[in-house]
Amino acid sequence: MRYCVQIAGVGGQGVLLASNVLGHAAMAAGHKLAMSEVHGMAQRGGSVLSTLRFGDEALSPLEATGQADILLGFEPVETYRMLNLANKDTHILMNLQPTVPVKVSMGAEEYPPINDIVSNIRSVTDRLITLNATELAIKAGKAVAANAALIGAVAGVEDFPLERNLLEETLLDMVPERFREINAKAFQLGYETVRSV
Amino acid sequence: MERLLDDSGKLLVLGNEAIVRGCIEAGVAFASTYPGTPSSEIGNTLQKIGQKAGVYFEFSTNEKVALEAAAAAAAAGVRSFAFMKHVGVNVAADPIMTLAYSGVDGGMVILTADDPSCHSSQNEQDNRYYSTLSLLPMFEPATPAEAKEMLKEAFKVSEELGSPVFFRTTTRVNHARGVIENTKPEREPTKGKFVKDACRFVNIPAFARMNRLKLLERNEAALRISESSPYNTIEGDGQVGVITSGVSYTYAKEWMEDVSILKLGMSNPLPEELVAYFIRDKDLVVIVEELEPFLEDQVLRVARQNGISTPIFGKRTGHMPRAFEYSPDVISKVGVVPVREGKEPLQAPTMALPSRPPMLCAGCPHRGTFYALKKAVGKEGAIYSSDIGCYTLGIQPPFETADFLLCMGGSVGAAGGFSAVTDQKVVAIIGDSTFFHTGVPPLMNATFNGHKFVLVIVDNRTTAMTGHQPHPGTGRNHGGRDTPALAIEPLVKACGVEYVVTVDPLDVKSTQKAIKAALEHDGMSVIVSQGPCPLELKKRRVLKVSTYAVDQEKCVKCYHCVEALACTAFYRDGKDVKIDADLCIGCGVCADICPRGAMGVLE
Repeated sequence: MRYCVQIAGVGGQGVLLASNVLGHAAMAAGHKLAMSEVHGMAQRGGSVLSTLRFGDEALSPLEATGQADILLGFEPVETYRMLNLANKDTHILMNLQPTVPVKVSMGAEEYPPINDIVSNIRSVTDRLITLNATELAIKAGKAVAANAALIGAVAGVEDFPLERNLLEETLLDMVPERFREINAKAFQLGYETVRSV
Repeated sequence: MERLLDDSGKLLVLGNEAIVRGCIEAGVAFASTYPGTPSSEIGNTLQKIGQKAGVYFEFSTNEKVALEAAAAAAAAGVRSFAFMKHVGVNVAADPIMTLAYSGVDGGMVILTADDPSCHSSQNEQDNRYYSTLSLLPMFEPATPAEAKEMLKEAFKVSEELGSPVFFRTTTRVNHARGVIENTKPEREPTKGKFVKDACRFVNIPAFARMNRLKLLERNEAALRISESSPYNTIEGDGQVGVITSGVSYTYAKEWMEDVSILKLGMSNPLPEELVAYFIRDKDLVVIVEELEPFLEDQVLRVARQNGISTPIFGKRTGHMPRAFEYSPDVISKVGVVPVREGKEPLQAPTMALPSRPPMLCAGCPHRGTFYALKKAVGKEGAIYSSDIGCYTLGIQPPFETADFLLCMGGSVGAAGGFSAVTDQKVVAIIGDSTFFHTGVPPLMNATFNGHKFVLVIVDNRTTAMTGHQPHPGTGRNHGGRDTPALAIEPLVKACGVEYVVTVDPLDVKSTQKAIKAALEHDGMSVIVSQGPCPLELKKRRVLKVSTYAVDQEKCVKCYHCVEALACTAFYRDGKDVKIDADLCIGCGVCADICPRGAMGVLE
C-alpha cells in the first residue's frame, strides 16, 4: 500500500505544520513514511509544496505527477497551480480564502475570480471539496486555526487510512496548550464540512 | 527537538536533524559551520542541543574558518564535523586541498549540502567532484534514516584512513523527513591533545611532496574499503542494471521494475571491481545520478579497462537529464527501463495564474532601504551590485536593486571593478552577516585601490535568509557566556573608509538624504542601514506590533504605496488600498511615503 498527500500553499501559511501532523499520525499508526518540505528562500511568501507518502513501500520523498490520493490546497490559486499532481480519483480539498500576491496588489498581474478556479477544476474532476478554512477557524475562535480546519478536512476524506481521533490527538499535541480548544473546534468543523458533502 | 538527545525511541525528523543525531551517536566533539540552505537546520539544531550532548559547536564567520577550525580539532585527535552548503565548499576549498595531504587523527567529516534545481542557491554545482579533486573519500546517503547511520560509518572510515571524508547530501535528503531510531552513542566526545608532527601538519614543499605520495596511498586504501563497504550494495537480480547514489536511489527503487540496483553509498573512490562485476553480464546498465555524469564517466572507464561491452545509458547517451534535480517523473521518462505505471494526471491549469515569487516580508527594513536608495539614486540610475541574502529579493519590481550577483561577499569586489571601468554610479548592497563572511577584504581592496562607490550594508542584526543565526555583529551566547557584538562602523573605518553613516531604514526620508549625500561624496562611502529583522524579533518574542490602516477619505487612490513599496500586507479591495491587519507589524514606512498622509496607526 502507498498513500500520498500533497499539500500546496504559500510560505508562512502553516503547510509545514499540517504535513508534520499528518506525518506524525502516520508514524503513530505504524506506517513507513517519507516526506519532503520546502525550506529556505521560497518560505518568504512564495509557492510551497509539502509531500507526504506513507505505506509499506514509501521510500521516495517525492511523488510522481498525478499520483496524489489527496491534494490539500491551502489557497485557491496554489491548489489550481498544482492540479496535475492529482488524477480523477484524487480527493481535492481546497481552502477558498485567497492570499493575494503582491504583484496583483500592485496591479501588475490579476488574481482570477475564485468561482472560475472552482469551475475549471470541476470541469475535470468531480472530487473537489471546497471550504473556507479561515471562516471555520474564526467560528472556532481564531483565524490562525485555519490549519486545524484543513487537517480536520483530511480526516473526513472517504477511506483516508488514518483514524480521525489519531489525527486530532496528534494535532493537539503539537499546538500550544492555550490554543488546544480552538484547534479542536476548528478540526471538527473542517471534518464535518467534508463529511457532509 | 530535545528528543534528539534520547538514546532510544523512534522519531520523525528532518534529514538535517537526523544528521545531528548521527553526530551525537558518533561522539562528535567539535562541529562548525556557516549557515547555508539546505544545511542550515543542522546548525540551528546543534545551537539548541549540542552543548547538552557535549558537542562544541560554533557558527564560524565563514566556511573557510569553519573548516580550518574543524581541521585543527581533528588534528588534535577529536571527532570533528564541518558542514556547509555546496557553494560554501568553494570558500573552504583552499584548506581542504592541503588538509587532504596532512590527514587527521580524530575522525573528520566535511558535509556538503548540494542543491540540485537551485531551490535556494545561485548555481547547482555538483560537489562530488571535490572528492576526486582532493582524493578524499565520499559518502552519499539516500534518506534521513540512512544519513544518521552512514555518518557513523563515515567517521569510522575517516579514522581508519587518517583522512577527512566528504559527506554529500542534497536538498531532498536535508529537507526530507523520515523516521529514525535513536541508539546509544558509540562513544562520548573526548578532549583533544595535539601531538606535534611538522612533517604531516606543515606542508612546506619538501613535506608536501612526501605527503602527496601518502595521500595517493590513502586513496588506494580507500578504494579497498569502498570495494567491500556495507554501503555499496546490490539489490535484485534483473538483467537490467541500475547504478545510482543519493536520493535518486529512492526513485529508482520505487519506480523502476525488474531491475538490479547497485547502490553506491560510498561513491568515492568508485568500487571498480564491484562495478565491473555488476555490469559484466547485464543486458544494459542505466546510471541514475543527478547533475553531472560523475559516476557514469567512471563506469565507462571501468568498462573499457575490463573489456566489458554492456551498453551503458545515461547523460552521455542523452537518456538522462543533466540539469536539475531528479524525481519519479524523470525516472518514468528514461525509456529503456520498464517503470511502475500511474494514473493519468489531471490537465495542468489552462487559465493564466499570478506568479508568486518569494518577497520581502511585511515590515522588512530592506523595503525602507530600497525605497530610499531608489529615490536617492534618481532617474540617472546606478549599477546595483548585489549579494547573497534576503536583500537579493530586491531584484523584484518595484525595486530592481540587483544587477549583478556572484557569491557571498561578491557585491563589494564587483563594485570595485565596475567603478574602475565605467562612469556609471555604482552601489553595492550587502547584508551584515555576509559583510563579516567575505565582505571585509574587498572593502579594504576598495580603499587600497582608490575605488569610488557607495556600499550599503543592510544590517538587520541577524543572518535572516537561512533562519536567523547569530554572527559577529550580534555576538552570541556561547558556552554559557555572551560574546561581544562587533560594531560595523569602526570596522568600516579601520578598512580606511572615512565616510560612513548609520541610518534607520524605517525613517525613509533621513535614509534617502544620507544616501544622496553619500552618492555625491568624492570617494568611498558606506551607509550602514540598521533595522532589525522583524521575523527574528518575533521568534524572540520581543516584536512590538502596531497595525496601520488606510484612511480612505484621505487616500486619493494614487497607488504610490503599492507600486513603490509592494508591501505584502497591502491588498486591493475594489479601488481601495487596504492593509491586512494580520500581516502588518507597524513598521510605518508606508505612512512615511504616502503623499497624503493617509496611513495611520489603527487604534
